[in-house]
Amino acid sequence: MSWTWFHRLASPPHIYRLAQQLTPWFAWPAAALILTALYGGLVLAPPDYQQGDGFRIIYMHAPAAWMSLMVYTTMAVAAAVALIWRMKVAHAVAASCAPIGASFTFAALVTGSLWGEPMWGTWWEWDPRLTSELILLFLYLGYMGLRGAIDDPQRADRTSAVLAVVGIVNVPIIHYSVTWWNSLHQAPSVMRLGKPQLSMPMLWPLLVMLLGFTLFFVAVLLVRLRGEILVRERSASWLREVVGT
Amino acid sequence: MKEFLDMGGYAAFLWPSYAVTLGVAVLNVVWARRSLARAIAAARRRLAAGGAES
Amino acid sequence: MDDPRSRVLPVLPAGAAAAVSGATAPHDAASVLDAARLVLERDLRLAMRRRGQLVQPLAFFAIVTTLFPLAISPELARLREVAAGVLWVAALLASLLALEFLFRDDAYDGTLEQYALSGQPLTGLMFAKTTAHWLLTGLPLALMAPLAALSLGAPSGSLPGIVASVAVGTVALSLIGSIGAALTLGLRRSGVLLALLTLPLSLPVLIFGARASELAIHGESYLAPLELLAALAVLGITLAPLASAAAVRISLE
Repeated sequence: MSWTWFHRLASPPHIYRLAQQLTPWFAWPAAALILTALYGGLVLAPPDYQQGDGFRIIYMHAPAAWMSLMVYTTMAVAAAVALIWRMKVAHAVAASCAPIGASFTFAALVTGSLWGEPMWGTWWEWDPRLTSELILLFLYLGYMGLRGAIDDPQRADRTSAVLAVVGIVNVPIIHYSVTWWNSLHQAPSVMRLGKPQLSMPMLWPLLVMLLGFTLFFVAVLLVRLRGEILVRERSASWLREVVGT
Repeated sequence: MKEFLDMGGYAAFLWPSYAVTLGVAVLNVVWARRSLARAIAAARRRLAAGGAES
Repeated sequence: MDDPRSRVLPVLPAGAAAAVSGATAPHDAASVLDAARLVLERDLRLAMRRRGQLVQPLAFFAIVTTLFPLAISPELARLREVAAGVLWVAALLASLLALEFLFRDDAYDGTLEQYALSGQPLTGLMFAKTTAHWLLTGLPLALMAPLAALSLGAPSGSLPGIVASVAVGTVALSLIGSIGAALTLGLRRSGVLLALLTLPLSLPVLIFGARASELAIHGESYLAPLELLAALAVLGITLAPLASAAAVRISLE
């Protein structure tokens, strides 16, 4: 079976054009879904029995946390593909993911803290989920730091790819160990970053928001990807065709 | 309307959460577009300097 | 810097000739083990010639441990509560410091390149180097840990558990650290970056290790976290040499 079709599909010029064309198809639905979910979550959904209107933070915190993990996974998968099949485009995908994931991890931490203060009475709790998010932020920063520290672009790509793959293996281990650690020291008043009881009117905006943010991620990724492809491209004729002059 | 903004007393935590997350989203859009523009400009410079192979 | 003539390269069996001729050498178990043993012996022998370098992580461990009573309180009762955590943070940081020595000299004088070109599986050689590293840093740390523990108010009955947990934990730390060291080979200011990369990955070891020591100090059974530590070490033995070999190859290109 010939793999040339696969490699042609994955060729930088092809992907560049594809990314350019596909971006609006992700961007506009993402915006629509997010706006719909905002209306559903802020206006339509009834207040929670225990947390009142405060539970609505979930419509921001959960998508941010979801993004932080999903983007890291995407980054690691792209890195693995890049290492195994030696595809430059896959390296470009991984590089594009990092800033997106890191920024949403930050948002997850801030919203987690803001949710915690009215619920727990403190701005920070070493809650397993928040602690894992913090460690995930460190993993992202390590990845970005490693990329920045290596001058040679090829070495930077491949070294950070190894780190991403090693990181993803660690994520479940870290999550397990942090949850285990936290369960040992459970506070008597169990104030976890608890999920409120979600009835359907409260649940559907959350699901729509998650979908919306996922599409948003793809849209932003496609934009970044184009830049990353350009940076890695050597062929003058194609570059001229794409960027003019 | 005032009731909506007040969010049952949680306004001080809820609205900043929305601001930060949606702000990060907007930031991502701006950041991505800027990095693409920079990459295009750099590619143009490379072409002009004859740095890329044909 | 060492006299280069004293850093004799081990003559690695079979593989070298095959690599030169371009054929892939059949890696029979005997030759890989021989190569690994030679690398291990060489690392140990070279380290013994520079004993000063070996003592540094241990001295660092002692100093860091001393920081806490000075920063918190001299009361042993109070220190005992945080002893396990302090001990483990100090051990973790000392291991980090020692990681810089893992590849530095070999990368500098080209030995690492020879290993990569030798035709022997680089994974096996990485495992050998990491074993040597643990014998030179992790094991001494484990043996020193009782002193630190006692100084922090730990009861003498807790010492076997503390030694066991630090010994097993440092195995995992050496393995995880070898990945970071391989990734940051030759980069300027690699020390801080190495720490930033290795510390998040080492957190599970810290969690289980500190818990095991904590239980030992309280006279309870520390078997569960110790087994989890051992599991991490085994996972590390299986996967880490692969990752560091890949990282070394990339760094040498």
